[in-house]
Amino acid sequence: MGIKRDATQDDIKRVYRKLARKYHPDVSKEPDAEVRFKEIGEAYEVLKDPEKRAAYDQLGSGWRSGQEFQPPPGWNQGFEFHGGGFTQADTSEFSSFFEALFGSRFNANRKNRHDGFNVRGEDTHAKILIELEDSYHGATRTITLQHTEIGPDGRPQIKKRTLNVRIPKGVRQGQLIRLVGQGSPGVDQNSAGDLYLEVAFQPHSLYKVEEKDVSLELPVTPWEVALGATIKVPTPTGIVDLKIPAGIQSGRKLRLKERGIPAHPPGDLYIILQVVLPPADSEQARILYREMEQKLAFNPRTKLGV
Amino acid sequence: MTIHHNVIDGIIVEDNMELSLGELSRICAVNAEWIVSLVEEGILEPINITSKRWYFSGTCLRRVQIIQRLQRDLDVNLAGAALVLQLREEIEILRTRLSTVISNDTE
Repeated sequence: MGIKRDATQDDIKRVYRKLARKYHPDVSKEPDAEVRFKEIGEAYEVLKDPEKRAAYDQLGSGWRSGQEFQPPPGWNQGFEFHGGGFTQADTSEFSSFFEALFGSRFNANRKNRHDGFNVRGEDTHAKILIELEDSYHGATRTITLQHTEIGPDGRPQIKKRTLNVRIPKGVRQGQLIRLVGQGSPGVDQNSAGDLYLEVAFQPHSLYKVEEKDVSLELPVTPWEVALGATIKVPTPTGIVDLKIPAGIQSGRKLRLKERGIPAHPPGDLYIILQVVLPPADSEQARILYREMEQKLAFNPRTKLGV
Repeated sequence: MTIHHNVIDGIIVEDNMELSLGELSRICAVNAEWIVSLVEEGILEPINITSKRWYFSGTCLRRVQIIQRLQRDLDVNLAGAALVLQLREEIEILRTRLSTVISNDTE
């Protein structure tokens, strides 16, 4: 949190609030907001409590091994939410978390309510990372959920279960996928709660996704944009021929209608043109550049008055 | 350890679900009165606000969860959370309008 050792409790609270607003994943557009927010929450968890802070000051960075404060399991492992926030002060409520395999991971918590008898099982929440292509085509994914349960001997045990989930076509980042009857068990088979998976996309090497729309930065040559051309372009549904109009500038966007995420209605695919200059690394290339310099009489800075 | 060999169909909540007041409060583990207070604050709008039996669109579920997180993590009151939600939506719209777009229907 960047706080000095002699900061007062008021200083700590002020800095925490400021950072929390900046990095709260529901508010922030910073790419690493979730991780930062959790780090800040973790730091504040220690610093807001004078006793824990004293222990921390004593132990330095080795406080984790001390007796005073134990971070909850899975604290740093991604996303925990149940009944509300991204932070959770009461470690006893971190009763369980899920973690998924298949190259990605997610986890979630079941909220254990102790206030009375639930006839119907509780609804549970988890987070799932999928590929952009899964949303384009639909996909079946095997996920492994892991949670702790209190065993017959009263000690917590780790239980695993595997689910084959059909990811619906057209699902977007941030949407929720409901799996009927896969939450906590109820009194009988028919009264189990539902499992809700919050969808996030794995970062893609080519495409950026915003809501339903997908964009691709496409490198092009100066002559392709100056003269116009038809070139091959990868899209999530396969290679297409893209017609580039003559005289278009670098950075402009071309829209491929309804080639975004196949929701209802479908999103669009945007191709952002990035002109790449051929390097002047040969005599031939230098001659051509010099010829342009002499024959084109081009000043891109006329609007700047120079 | 239970293994399910059957494939479970995922349903997109935002696109394919409508939730009753009871369902919405149960999923979010809150009491119905609190959901009613969100409606009174103008944060949620039932599809059939004049009816006695309210139904909410699937998008409401995520809105409620965001409000819960904002309240818990940032100590925001209901009016403040409503403002955050509204600003979030406006930012989204502005971001999509940011650059001029040339329409080009290529096949």
